[in-house]
This record gives sequence, C-alpha cells and structure tokens, in this order.
Amino acid sequence: MSKEVNPDLVKERKACTFNVTELVHIIDGGEQATKERKEVEEMVLQIKDIRDKVPEEYLSHKERYENAVRKTVLMVEVLKEHALRHSSFDAYKPSNMYRIQSGIVKDISPFMLHMGMFVPTIFGQASPEQMSEWLPKALSLQIVGTYAQTELGHGTFLRGLETTATYDPKTEEFIINSPTITSYKWWPGGLAQTANHCIVVAQLYSKGQCYGVHPFFVQIRDLETHVPLPGVKVGEIGPKLGFQTANNGFLGFQNFRIPRNCMLMKNSQVLKDGTYVKSKSDKLTYGTMVLIRVMIVADAAYEIGRAATIAVRYSAVRHQSKPKPDQPEPQIIDYVTQQHKLFIAIATSHAFRITGTWLWDTYSKVVADLGQGKLDQLPELHAIACCLKAVCSRDASACVEQCRLACGGHGFMLSSNLPIIYGLVTATVTYEGEYTVMMLQTARYLVKAWKQAVDGTALTPTVAYLLNYLNNSGRKWDNTPEGIIAGFQAVAAGKIKEAYEAIQRHQKEGHDYEDSWNLASVQLVNASDAHCRAILCEVFFTEVQKLSSTISAPLALVLQQLAELYLTYWTLEKGGDLLVHSSITKNDLVWQRQRYEQLLAVIRPNAVGLVDSFDVRDEILNSTLGAYDGRVYERLFEEAMKSPLNQEPVNSSFHKYIKPFIEKSKL
Amino acid sequence: MSKTKVNDDLQRERDKCTFNVTELINIIDGGIQKTEERKKQEDMVLKEGIHLEQVPSEYLSHKEKYELAVKKACLLFKVIRRMQEEENAGMENYRAVLGGKLGSAILQDGSPLTLHYVMFIPTLMGQASVEQQVHWIGRAFDLNIIGTYAQTELGHGTFIRGLETTATYDPKTKEFVLHSPTLTSYKWWPGGLAHTANYCIVMAQLYTKGQCHGIHPFIVQLRDEETHMPLKGIKIGEIGVKLGMNGTNNGFLGFEQVRIPREHMLMKNSKVLEDGTYVNSPSSKLAYGTMMFVRVVLVTDMCNYMAKAVTIAMRYSAVRRQSQPKPNEPEPQILDYLTQQHKLLIGVASVHAFRLNADWLWNMYNNVTAELDAGDLERLPELHALSCCLKAVSTADAAECVERCRLACGGHGYMLSSNLPSTYGLTTAACTYEGENTVLLLQTARYLVKAWQQAIGGHTLTPTVSYIATVNSGRRLPPWENTIEGIITGFQRVAAGKIGLCVSNIEKRQKTGLSYEDAWNITSVQLASASEAHCRAILLYTYYTETEKLVETVSPALKHVLVQLVDLYVVYWALQRLGDLLRFTSISEKDIDELQKWYEDLLTKLRPNAVGLVDAFDIRDEILRSALGAYDGRVYERLMEEAMKSPLNAEPVNSSFHKYLKPFMQGKL
Repeated sequence: MSKEVNPDLVKERKACTFNVTELVHIIDGGEQATKERKEVEEMVLQIKDIRDKVPEEYLSHKERYENAVRKTVLMVEVLKEHALRHSSFDAYKPSNMYRIQSGIVKDISPFMLHMGMFVPTIFGQASPEQMSEWLPKALSLQIVGTYAQTELGHGTFLRGLETTATYDPKTEEFIINSPTITSYKWWPGGLAQTANHCIVVAQLYSKGQCYGVHPFFVQIRDLETHVPLPGVKVGEIGPKLGFQTANNGFLGFQNFRIPRNCMLMKNSQVLKDGTYVKSKSDKLTYGTMVLIRVMIVADAAYEIGRAATIAVRYSAVRHQSKPKPDQPEPQIIDYVTQQHKLFIAIATSHAFRITGTWLWDTYSKVVADLGQGKLDQLPELHAIACCLKAVCSRDASACVEQCRLACGGHGFMLSSNLPIIYGLVTATVTYEGEYTVMMLQTARYLVKAWKQAVDGTALTPTVAYLLNYLNNSGRKWDNTPEGIIAGFQAVAAGKIKEAYEAIQRHQKEGHDYEDSWNLASVQLVNASDAHCRAILCEVFFTEVQKLSSTISAPLALVLQQLAELYLTYWTLEKGGDLLVHSSITKNDLVWQRQRYEQLLAVIRPNAVGLVDSFDVRDEILNSTLGAYDGRVYERLFEEAMKSPLNQEPVNSSFHKYIKPFIEKSKL
Repeated sequence: MSKTKVNDDLQRERDKCTFNVTELINIIDGGIQKTEERKKQEDMVLKEGIHLEQVPSEYLSHKEKYELAVKKACLLFKVIRRMQEEENAGMENYRAVLGGKLGSAILQDGSPLTLHYVMFIPTLMGQASVEQQVHWIGRAFDLNIIGTYAQTELGHGTFIRGLETTATYDPKTKEFVLHSPTLTSYKWWPGGLAHTANYCIVMAQLYTKGQCHGIHPFIVQLRDEETHMPLKGIKIGEIGVKLGMNGTNNGFLGFEQVRIPREHMLMKNSKVLEDGTYVNSPSSKLAYGTMMFVRVVLVTDMCNYMAKAVTIAMRYSAVRRQSQPKPNEPEPQILDYLTQQHKLLIGVASVHAFRLNADWLWNMYNNVTAELDAGDLERLPELHALSCCLKAVSTADAAECVERCRLACGGHGYMLSSNLPSTYGLTTAACTYEGENTVLLLQTARYLVKAWQQAIGGHTLTPTVSYIATVNSGRRLPPWENTIEGIITGFQRVAAGKIGLCVSNIEKRQKTGLSYEDAWNITSVQLASASEAHCRAILLYTYYTETEKLVETVSPALKHVLVQLVDLYVVYWALQRLGDLLRFTSISEKDIDELQKWYEDLLTKLRPNAVGLVDAFDIRDEILRSALGAYDGRVYERLMEEAMKSPLNAEPVNSSFHKYLKPFMQGKL
C-alpha cells in the first residue's frame, strides 16, 4: 500500500491561495509560540513506549485507567520542568502549547484536575503561608490533588451542598462529615484512585452557626501506601460517555479531622477560638470560575478545529455518486450540502478562538483591577463568561457532531476519533455550570441592564447596544457585516424587552417575581442566546478587521470571508428573529442566501489549507480519516487489524456458544 | 433504605395524574390483548435472567464484550426457539427481541445476530426464487446457518452503483467468481459479519459474457460450518470499536477469486442462465421493497429510543431538586422549571407524533406492496419519497431528542449507568445508516420538484403532495389563523413556497449556463430544507388527523391530554420555524406573541401529567436499564450501587500506584 499523500489532497494544497504557515503562527499567537509548541510535541513523542500498540478502546475499563496513569506520569516527568518555567499567571492564557497531551491520553488524563483546578485554587484562595507550604509540593507533583465540589445530589446550586466542616476549638480541628448519600462528592477527575489530596468544598460550621461553603485542603490517602485514610470513603463513579480515563471519583467522610490551617484562608478565616472572619467580598471567588470558562471557550475552538480537520480532509479524499454520467464520482467536498456542514465549523473555530482571547484580555484587566480593590467590572465579566461558556460549548457540540455525521458511517468509528472529541466537548455543556443555568444567570444581568437603559442610566460596554436600540429602534437594515451585527443587537434588545415584559405580565397576573421569572424563563434563555450571538458576531468581525491590516493580503481576504460566512450563516439561521426585531425584508433574506452560497464557493478552494492551518499533527488528531496524508482507507484497515479479535481466525465463543446452539437446532 | 419504597416525589406525581395510565398503555400497544401478550413475552424472556450481569459489560474489554454478546444472543434465541415451539407463534416473538425494547434489555449495545433476522432472512424472502427459498429459508430460520447482509464497502456507501465487488460468471464451470479488486471494494460494516456469521448475502456487480449488468445479490458461504474457519480466498475480520453498537460485531470482507455455484445468485427477479445469458427483472423498482421496509421499521425504533430517553429524564427531573429561588422554601423539583418542561414535554409529544406517523406509513407500505404484487407500481415513487424524508427527519429528531434528554439530566446523564449515552449511540447511528440523511432528503426533493412541475402543468398530484396544487391555486396569501389547522396549513405553505423557490433558483442558474446537475448542487442546501419542510407538514398533519380519529373512542380525561400533546407539538414547531412562517405566510408579530403564550400555557397544563405520560410508555426497569429512570426513583442509591460494581472499586489501591505513581511522586521514575 502506498505511503504517499493522497493525490486529491496534494491537488487541494496546491490550490490554496494563502500562506498556511502565516495562519499557523496567528493561531498559535506568534512564530515563537509555534516553535515552542512544536518543541513540546517533540519532547513528548520521543518518550519510549508513549504510543499505544493496541488502541486503548480495546482494553477493559481498568486496564485503560492503568495505561493512562502510566502514560501520564511518563509525560509529566518530561514536561514538568518546562511547565514550571511557565507557571505564572500567564500560563493560564489559552494556548495550544500542551495539546500533545490529549493526543497521548485521548480521553482525559487522571491528572487533569491537578493542574486544572487544584493548583489554581491554591493560587487563588490559599493565604501566603499556606501557598508557600503547599504550592511547591503541588507544582513538583510530590502530591497529586483534585478539586471536589459537586455532590451526588447537588450540582450547579452551590449553596445546596451538604458536606459539613465543623470547627472543634478544643483540638483546633475541622471535622468533615457526609451526612447523607446525596452529600457524597461525585465527579471530580482523578479523585477515585489517583489523587492523595483534594480541595473539598464544604459548609463551614463554627460556634453552632453555618457560614456557607468554603474550601478545605484535605489529604485523603496515605502518601506511602496510598490506602484511603480512616474515615475517608473513596472510589470511582463508573464508565461514562467520554472521559473514560479521567478517573472521576466519589468521596465521603465520617468524622474526618483536619487541622484548622487546612481551611484555605486567603479570603475568609476561622480563628483559633472559632471566630469567623468574613472575606471583604464574596465576589472574589468568581475569579477561578471565570478562568475555567475562558479555558472552555478556547478548548471549544481547538476541538472544533480538530473535528473540522478530520471531516474536511476526509471529504476531499472521499468520492461519491455520479451526478453526471460521463464524469467520475466527485469529491464529496464539492457537494454544497457538505460545504454547508463543514465551512461553518472552520469559521466557528476562528470565532471562538478570537473571542476566547478577547475574554482572556478582559479577564486579566479585571483581575488587575481586583488587585487594586476595584470590583465594579466583575458582574459584567461574570455575565459574559456565563453566556459564552454556555453558547460556545453547545455550538461546539453541534459543530463536532455535524462534522462526525458529515463523514457518514465512518465517523461512527472510534478510529476516526470524532466520537471521542464529541464526548469531550459535550461534557462541557453540563460541567462547570449547566447550560440553561448559565444562560439564566446572564439573563439576570440583561434584565437589570434593560431596566437601567429604560431609566437612562449609563450601561457597561457589552450591553451598551440596548441604548442604541431604545433611541434609534427604526434603524434601516443594510446587507453589510456592520448591518448584520446591528441586526443581531436589535434581536437581542428586542428579546430582552419581551422577556422583561413577560415577567411584568406574569407579576400583574398575581405571581411573585420568582414564579414570573420561571414562567418567562424559556424567553429569558432565548434573550441570553441572542445577546451572546451579537457579542460573538461583533468580536469576531471587529477583531478580524483589526488583524487584517497587519497580515498579508491573501490571508486577510480569507479570514474576512470566514467572518462574513459566520455572520451570514447566523443571519439565515435566525431569519425569523431578524424579521421580527429588525427591518430586514424577505428580499434581504433572499440576498443573504445567495451571498452565503457565493461564500461557500469562494472558500471551497482553501478548505484544506484552512484546516491544515489548525496544524494539529497526526499524533494529536489520532484519526484514520483525518491524517495529513489522506490515506483514509489504508488507515481504517490498519487500525481495524489492531483489534485483538482480529488476531485469531475463530473466536472462542464459537465453540462455547454458537456451535452447540446450531447443533441443537440440527437435531 | 427500603428497596421497594417508591420515591415520595414520584409517588405524588403519580397520585395527581388526571388520566388512566393503563388506558394509554393499551392504546400504545394496540389493544388490551396486545399489552397482555407483550407482558407475557417480557416475563418469559426476563425470568431466564440472561440480562443480569455481575459486572456490567461497559467494564469489559472489547473482546470480552463480544464474547458476552454472543453468549447472551445464543441464550436469548434459545428461549425464543422454545417459545415458538410451545406456542407455534408467528413472528411477534422475533420482532420483540429484535426491536429497541425487549431485545435491548438483554443486549443493550446491539446483537451480533440482528442482521440475520433483519436483513439476511428478509432478503432471502424478497429476492430468492421459490426453489432457493425452499433450500435456504428453513435452515436460516432454524439457525442452522447464521447469515448477514453485505452491501456497503470501505469506499462506497449510499451510492450503490459505485460498488466495486465483482461477480463474474464462468459458463465453463457454471460458477460465479467473486472478487474484491481494491482495498476500497472490501465490504465494511455488516453486523455479525466479523466472527459470527458463516453465510452472507453479498451485493456485487454482475458480469457475464463480458458485460456488466449492475449490482445483484449472491449468497456466499464464508466459514466452515464445523470449524468456523474462514474459507479459502475469504478475508474477514472486524472493523473495530465504534461510538455505540459494540455488541454487533461489524465486519469487513474481501474476496480473492472465490467461486460459488450459479444457483447462489438470488434469482427471484433477474437471472443468469447456464450459458451466461442475463435475463432482466420485470422492474428494477422491485428491489426497493426491503429498503423501504427497513426505513418504516426504523421510524418505529426511533419512537422506542425517544420513549426510553424521555422516561429516564422525566422521572429523574421529578426526583432531582435544585436551587432555591425562594429563600424560605425547599429546593424545587427541577421538573418545575419551565425550561426543563420545555426540554422534556416536547419529547413525549414527539414519541406520539412519530408513533402515529409510523403506523400510518406502515399501512401505506402494506397497501403499496399489495398493489405491487398485483403488478401496480404507480404509488411506489410516492412511498419512496415519503419513506426517505421520514427516515431522515425521524432519525435526526430522535437523536436530538435523546441528546436533549441526556443534557437535561446534567452531569448524571453523562454516566453510562443512566443508559442515555448508549441510547444516543443507537439513535445517532441511524442518521447515517440505511441511507445518509442528506442524501435521502435530496431524494425526496427530486420527487417534490417533479410534483411542483406537475402542479404547474395542471396534472393531478398524489395525496401527500396535493397541497402544492392547493397552495398554488390561490393568488394572495390568505389571512393567518392561529389555530392548529391554521398552523398546519401554514406549514404546507412553507413547504410549497420552498419547493417553488428551489425550482425557480434551479431554472435561473440553468439560464446562466450551468448544467441541471450543477444548478441542482448549488441549490441543494435549499432543496434539503424544502424536503424537511415537506416532511414537517406531513408529520403535523398526520399526527393531528390520526389523533382526531383516535380520541373518538377514548375516555374524556385521556382525550384531553392527547389533544394537548398534539397542540404542544404543533405550536412548538411553529415557534421553531417562525422565520419560514414569516416568509411564506401572513403570520404577524401579534400572532407569534399569542403562540408563545399558548405554548407556555400548554407546558403548565401538561406538567401535572408529566410522569403519568412517561409511565404510560410502560418500559420496565430491565429494559430501561437506567439508574436515573427506574420506576421507584431511587436515583442516588442506584447510581452508587452501579458505581460499586466497578472492578476498580474492588480494591483499595490500584496496582498502577506502586508501578507508576509512587516512583513518579518520589522522583524515582
């Protein structure tokens, strides 16, 4: 079998009109970042036995976990120093530097929450003394930690947690307890068999009074033997749709005692005698939460990029049907329905990456202000981060699934890697704040902003469009990107207004505010969604405009086409909303439809170049359908041949079950 | 914790249900008698205990999963065989264990024997000559031989004419020579093919006397009946792990000049005579039969999957409590949140909508096949068009519905023990198999474009597209009516409007010099959307009219609820498709406001019956297999019990600690 690059892909790459390397650098955040990323990738790939001979999907659940631990420690050992050099605040800026890890452990490492939550929480919530004691150990991985908040019966609603930490001034200890089955911690990654430490979020009781949930630093296993400490009940929660090697666990406590100084005391404190000292602002703990949401937006961009790479390359290699009798079967990427499914994914990846960076910049500014005691921008940041987390995770799931289905049956094969990517992405819809709950949190902010707008109070930047809408609601539609953005802002404003009025109507009918809110909540979610779409469109378009002046003309043109495609796609998707809330006409929609079809046609020659620019190497892509060389069918076959079932011509079950069964019927 | 006690919240929900659940169960089953038969069947199969697992199969390796699936499949069909002997029953027992219900209690991730019954035997019945049937069908029914059906190839799916496997007739030995000339010609996907089946129907390009006559079915022995070793020239194995259906043993198959007797070509329709002469079948349309049958059955399967998912999510939402909107009150059941009702109640309505549409399509299928047998082919194209778009829309809607139910359960829906992920796997697979959805929508679009042209030409249209003529006859848009009938008419206008736009776009593009096929391609996003709109109009119309008929004979309390569900379904889709309605009908913003209020009002009205409605799907716990959805609502206890079955939880410290983790943490790796 030939090892050469598939000729269709060669042809596609020749047809590309822009410099792929230039775009690779932009996506990485500069030439230097690309170089470093590639160095990290090489470092990891050089590790002996780091690649699996038998794909992990064939192993039992237990074997998969053991293999993931093996590979993760080998990898972390090599990356530790590199990572330590980058362990400042900026290390959390979204980047693709360490993506190789998800190539090696495809379905989440059991260490993920160590760097993802354990360390940041110590950073954000431990006092300076606590930090100097715990952080070096954590960063050098002398201890492995995780973060336990969610309980079996309690998720998004933090105040409902049941785990208690009761202060005993006699011994100067907290006593941790899980009073019910629903109070068991449930879900934390790495908690089951991997971590020996854990941040536990529990209801703090002191002097007979409850002070709400606070974080505690708890050792759960013996450092030498790894046996769970007395009073700790810990184990795994079982197999899931994805995250098979994340080692998600449960955790229960029975009168488990920890020293007083294991409460994380940067903000609130409990003194030796049990006196509770409140933190200056309860908003301070928002920080880590927002950070995680920034990462979710950036991850969504990356995973859509992976899925699009696989589906676009496969669609360039796959041929199907014969619309014209005398011509060969066309590449399926030449079908407009296929372009319709895939190009929006490419555009969305760019939209989310750019919005993620924008959100990070906003976040770092707010964090800097927080350091100086300024808290007033926090609510706005929180509101944006909530709806972006929700919408990006949902859109990413839809894009990835669309890419998978666009590969027909072969997308159903795990060797395409698309099902695994879907598992990673769809998990983000419900974790770290469930979709609908997030949307309703943003809606609270929007309703408040609407009231302020009506009262003529000044508005924060991301909702300033409400004033334009109130002052100038008759704006004439125009078929330009700016016109579309204004149109989406009109939709958002219109929906916020409607939802607000619905609440008022329900109140007039005699419902209290919360019941009225609930009765209007389907509309409130829609309003949040419209608000978020307006932000995504505006940020994507304006950032691409800014970028365009600094890059080569051919690339600028392509990025502008992608931004316009994104706007046009959503104009058509939301035609009904625009017809109701803006002055768009039916004829404008016909025009937009034609423009959309034109954009698909102009993007078509660059499709493969665009996904090549995501620069996801084969070892991270892990896909038979998406590899750079396009040897789709050979790779599908090679992967299949790795199946343990294919190592023997007759499986033992034939003699054990089938043959006796058949023979009985012959009698 | 008492094992038998039902969760208080669920009990309260059941107490307040306003209709008789049993009455609805009987309707769904098709009568009291049918319910009894189903329950008896379930009892007989489940009392064998084949479904019980000490360690759930998700924990096993891929190979062990297969071996367990074979074991269970054999035990299951042994029971069925006994039941058949005892009762001399018809096909009902088979259909029950092969469908998405009882069968999935035993083999939740697919069975390696399914294609034997679903494709191998039906193809023999449909395409083998009488003599061939005598020879093969008895053996197949008795499971003396295990078969499957191989059509799709590694490089070729929906486009059947593109298949590469060849069957070349050799008149000297009166044999066909089967051959796989390329890697892309390897058969790829058939269930049970890898290590289970010993026979297979193979679709291949027929060559005789140097000429190609297109694809035809052949029956081929793959493995020795005694040793199960692959026969000479047969390259066979499994294709690997998939998103779901990991018990089905999907395989690949290649031939190296494999010879089979001439009589192994299935010759009910076309034939090859001994001297190699090819005799064409009376109609090439006859081969449609099996394909359409499968699509009709698929719509029913989709109902079952949706019913499962919505049962799980609804019961969980009645048990789960969250947040505290009012400071002095307990956390509400999440089912009391309107956003949750919005996600779930449409699921209940969709099950009924697709169920009634499936029944309607089934009747039509039977009528058309009866006409076919009488030589009348006239309604075949219409049935084909209908089954294509209904397959596409029902599978897409079902996948979306199942996924929405899963997400509505928050993180716990992500657990395999909820059974929602594997239900999604089974559902989403149907979006691409048996005709990829976009391809199918475009097939229906061909029919619609033709119908449009007929309407313009003043010809009479077949019943399911006759609305095109009605819509075209009026010059002006009639006033909008905010009623169920008004919305349905609105959807017909949308469909007709979209078809008309497609036709004019294609014509315009042809005038710019494009060929018809290129013009078609550029317009294809719109064509698929027109096809979907047509299907929506049919779904709404059929659901509405069939329910009207149905409720004539039911109790007033139940009638009330069934009508509310129809209203909910119709209004939901109107709100989903506002853009289309605004473009093609005279609906106003005020009408839309009214619809939104109507919708929210319906949610509130249906809320008290939410649990009763899913109880009426009557899916017993062994079939539901869900920690979140069991009848007793012991959600948290079951989640924990399931977790404790994990082999990782059987030991306090996993060996990887000593092997890798400890040396690593101590810097000794």
